[in-house]
Amino acid sequence: MTEAVAAPATAPAPLLTVRNLTKAFPIKGGLLKRQIGSVRAVDGVNFHIEPSETFGLVGESGCGKSTTGRCVLRLIEPSSGELNFEGKDVISLSGESLRALRRDIQIIFQDPYASLNPRMTIGAIIGEALTIHGLAKSRRHYEERIVHLLETVGLQADHMTRYPHEFSGGQRQRIGIARAIAVEPKLIICDEPVSALDVSIQAQVINLLEDLQQKFGIAYLFVAHDLSVVEHISRRVAVMYLGRIVETAPSRQLYSTPKHPYTEALLSAVPIPDPSVKRKRVRLKGEVPSPINPPSGCHFHTRCPIAKDVCSKEVPPLKASDEGHLVACHFR
Amino acid sequence: MAGLTHASPSVEAASAAASPKRRFSPGRDALRRFLRHRLAAASIVVLLLLALSIVLGPFLWRIPINEIDFTARLSPPSWEHPFGTDDLGQDLLARMIYGGRISLAVGFAAMGVALLVGIVVGALAGTAKGPVDAALMWLTDLFLSLPQLPLLLLIIYLFRDFLKGWLGPEGGVFVLIVLVIGGFRWMPVARLVRAQFLSLREKEFVEAARALGASNIRLIVRHILPNALGPVIVAGTIDVAAAIIAESTLSFLGLGFPPDIPTWGRLLFDAKDYLDIAPHWALFAGGAIFLTVIAINFIGDGLRDALDPRKVM
Repeated sequence: MTEAVAAPATAPAPLLTVRNLTKAFPIKGGLLKRQIGSVRAVDGVNFHIEPSETFGLVGESGCGKSTTGRCVLRLIEPSSGELNFEGKDVISLSGESLRALRRDIQIIFQDPYASLNPRMTIGAIIGEALTIHGLAKSRRHYEERIVHLLETVGLQADHMTRYPHEFSGGQRQRIGIARAIAVEPKLIICDEPVSALDVSIQAQVINLLEDLQQKFGIAYLFVAHDLSVVEHISRRVAVMYLGRIVETAPSRQLYSTPKHPYTEALLSAVPIPDPSVKRKRVRLKGEVPSPINPPSGCHFHTRCPIAKDVCSKEVPPLKASDEGHLVACHFR
Repeated sequence: MAGLTHASPSVEAASAAASPKRRFSPGRDALRRFLRHRLAAASIVVLLLLALSIVLGPFLWRIPINEIDFTARLSPPSWEHPFGTDDLGQDLLARMIYGGRISLAVGFAAMGVALLVGIVVGALAGTAKGPVDAALMWLTDLFLSLPQLPLLLLIIYLFRDFLKGWLGPEGGVFVLIVLVIGGFRWMPVARLVRAQFLSLREKEFVEAARALGASNIRLIVRHILPNALGPVIVAGTIDVAAAIIAESTLSFLGLGFPPDIPTWGRLLFDAKDYLDIAPHWALFAGGAIFLTVIAINFIGDGLRDALDPRKVM
């Protein structure tokens, strides 16, 4: 599974390159807590992100997309693979250089209720980023920075002294965003940042993220299961199934002409707000297999409408079919 | 002294909260919430009055604790002896004042020991994974399963003379009793802290701080510990109460301080033989212990609520 990482010569050097990223969680059991198996949450994932672009990562619950995001930031230690950020080998970083990396890569979480310390004021939550990285020269500068950040994300200066429980979900997510951009990162991992919010608030947060991208040139790794949100915000999208990327393509191309049968099924499940529209619905049989004991060969062959013998034997490589359109299927 | 001065700013703080221009400080906010907790505020006053009378009492009530007056044996409360006298005609008020110092000091010091050991052990076990965690929890379980009273007696018997020679009779016994009581009461705190750490360290706000590059110490001190402290504070206040009672038990068994030092527990012990003819003797000592313990428990409740900004009060 080698991705054609060699981007066209005209394209800018990628900000982040991920090669063969794997994360296996051990399963311990028995009296002596021996390892009796492992969950391969991420199984040889390849992709790259260019500066100031949004790269969407979609898939069902449990397919490993959040784990991938956390591995990039080393919040979860990857089992193997290569992570390259601006020419630096992320896996080998430790101590001070890892802290420096975390100035460049930040994360926004799914649950805005759990991601803010309930005992810290909003000012302290955002200010902590400044303190850790020594970004404020004086007390006054520190407060000015916090006020500025709050205003950047659409909150007010007097929110500084309040506690998280006094805010709504959307406001809390804005606070989370302010904390992430406080250190002026180049890449933000958005781990389902809007899936816990109301639809109307989702739009506001998405627009805010887009504004920030334009203003500061931040790249996003946008992890989500809501396909329409990802289509709206992403330039390129990767589809994950059971720990592997099955298809990567520019957003519009992926949505208009999906190649992998799993992507087709996924897209046909997106509701269309018009009852008169008739379309072919691809229905998948069965459940997602367990990642403890994934199917051999192509992970998808147990549910695939076009599977043949070869699918259960060989792992299909992620290969280019069109310009920038990669698909991992023996027949497409 | 602070009890009286604190009571009035609560009114000011409440009115200040109504004005939008008040200067915000988390400390003042916590104080405001604490004072809204009526029982806790009243308990603070009671405890401060107790402490004040223990500290200033000897200067105001000048009867020596060991002045024997056989003409006034077991006399009920009177103007001359407000708390009455014991079987040797010694003034009980003077003895209560003197003993209160020791009882309260033992209570708070033992709580300090128990909380310190408990928080350190619990935090270590909750932060470290694997063998360190398992070993510390075995240690905790071991301590929990020890038969405490016999062991306590043995330890005191073995080390009393050594510490007496080193720190003097009163100081030696004080250190010994505090260490022994604290050393047998840290286990619930350790388990509580560990459980809190295990659940808190998986929380997203801790992960967010880690993603910001916060050091482990910072994660523990700023993010995990403050959120873990609520139940620990309550456990700590119960420990004060338990330590005062444990000291009473030891004195009651004749193993605490020397018999001539009238701690509250010792007073109770001495009073038990005269319950039918001089109930005041036991009542005042028992009442003081009861009042202290209940006040400390209410203060613990108030503290827990005051330190939790989510509580709307």
